Amino acid sequence: MGTTTTGAPPGTALTWSLRGRGPDDLPVVADPAVPDGPAEGAGRGVRVCVVDSGVERDHPLVGPLAGSWVVVKDEATGEAEVLPTTTGDTCGHGTACAGIIRRTAPECEITSVRVLGERFSGTGDVLLAGLRWAVDQEFDLINLSLSTTRTRFAHHLHELADRAYFARTVLVASAHNTPVESFPWRFASVLSVGSHQEDDPVHLYNPSPPVEFFAPGQNVTVPWLGGATIRTTGNSFATPYITGLSARLLSARPRMTPFQLKSALYLSAANVTLAPRHHLPAGEASDDSEN
Amino acid sequence: MTPRTEPFTAPAPLPGGAGDARRRELLQSVVEVARAIFGAAAGSVLLLDEERDELVFAAVSGEGEEFLVGRRFPAGSGIAGWVATSGEPVVVDDLTASRSFDRSVAESTEYVPDALMAAPLVSDGRVLGVLEVLDPSPQARSGLPELDLLALFARQAATALRVVSPDPPAALPPSRRADALRLLGSLEQLLRESA
Repeated sequence: MGTTTTGAPPGTALTWSLRGRGPDDLPVVADPAVPDGPAEGAGRGVRVCVVDSGVERDHPLVGPLAGSWVVVKDEATGEAEVLPTTTGDTCGHGTACAGIIRRTAPECEITSVRVLGERFSGTGDVLLAGLRWAVDQEFDLINLSLSTTRTRFAHHLHELADRAYFARTVLVASAHNTPVESFPWRFASVLSVGSHQEDDPVHLYNPSPPVEFFAPGQNVTVPWLGGATIRTTGNSFATPYITGLSARLLSARPRMTPFQLKSALYLSAANVTLAPRHHLPAGEASDDSEN
Repeated sequence: MTPRTEPFTAPAPLPGGAGDARRRELLQSVVEVARAIFGAAAGSVLLLDEERDELVFAAVSGEGEEFLVGRRFPAGSGIAGWVATSGEPVVVDDLTASRSFDRSVAESTEYVPDALMAAPLVSDGRVLGVLEVLDPSPQARSGLPELDLLALFARQAATALRVVSPDPPAALPPSRRADALRLLGSLEQLLRESA
């Protein structure tokens, strides 16, 4: 074989070039296209990780979790490790996010990774450790309503976001509602989400990113601590809606890649319409500027 | 507001050098204006003390202003802790319906809000703390435009805070300090040898 690979085990090798190989050597089985747009399931079989403040156990609007973990930082060594936990939620936010995901994709599997509560983690290292663990576990979707403004973490987060993208783990990340430089939502390899003001549960595509999609984030009813329900507003509550919607799409089309998922979200956005197709004689070039 | 407060002993120093009259005046002005903009029962600025891993009430207007300034609580918990960590502004409403909205905490501040708006104080890529508005008027809560306004105001306040109290020279962590001392020793030896 004339390919250049990383030397990883067969089946997992990264392909760097195609010397001596053709299309028959790279078979890819895709989900069949459907004529009436992207189909949606209920999230069954899709593994979702919520990287946040933890999730309250047995909240009636969240249900059972597939796992509950916490990032703990060793003060002596500075090393962060991810351990199983029974501590639940430190403020309610993670429970709210998990509830929105559950409501949107009732049959998906939800795992919690708590990156808040042990120590202040705004510097980014705890966030990075939690996110790295989630990517290593090969979740289908990672809901991240957090970001860091510390540029020294930007490179690591960028590398992690790209690794997740090629491993078919989709990061769904909250954007800032004001022009603040923070990461990882700014990267093209993640699904970035902001809020719109519509009452309807629809999502919108933004033709002028960096924020790629908008979802309901105003006056959203969410589960909270103590089995209760409150109302919330903010981009961080729009993000789990897109995560849940992605889980529905992936459960119906499990072979979707992250770029196909973005396309499906794009095509199903409430503000995206298909332009009429112009039929031209064969061989005649189309000039859109004249149509 | 939501995080657990420590028993109050004495007003603790604010991070970055306390006693600065201009800074206190600025922060008090920030909370009073925020409270006026949103028709709120109270407003507060909590500054992040990274060394002690705590958030500290630096200025309060309205409910709790007589006793809250100086109180500290762990920076990794509660809604304020989440806002400081995430850098994302939020509104939470109908909190009195939540039986366990950190009620022990809220009661320790002698005030239990029904709604809370919070935005990070971000300047030059750093989260300096959190601006909170408690029980804004019903017209001013829960809307994205109001949340955007709070976030913008918090950003302006953070910029002003950086202007009146620029960062002190950063202290080296112990490991870097030891490296630096070794380097100085080597340099001294090299200079003596070459003299």
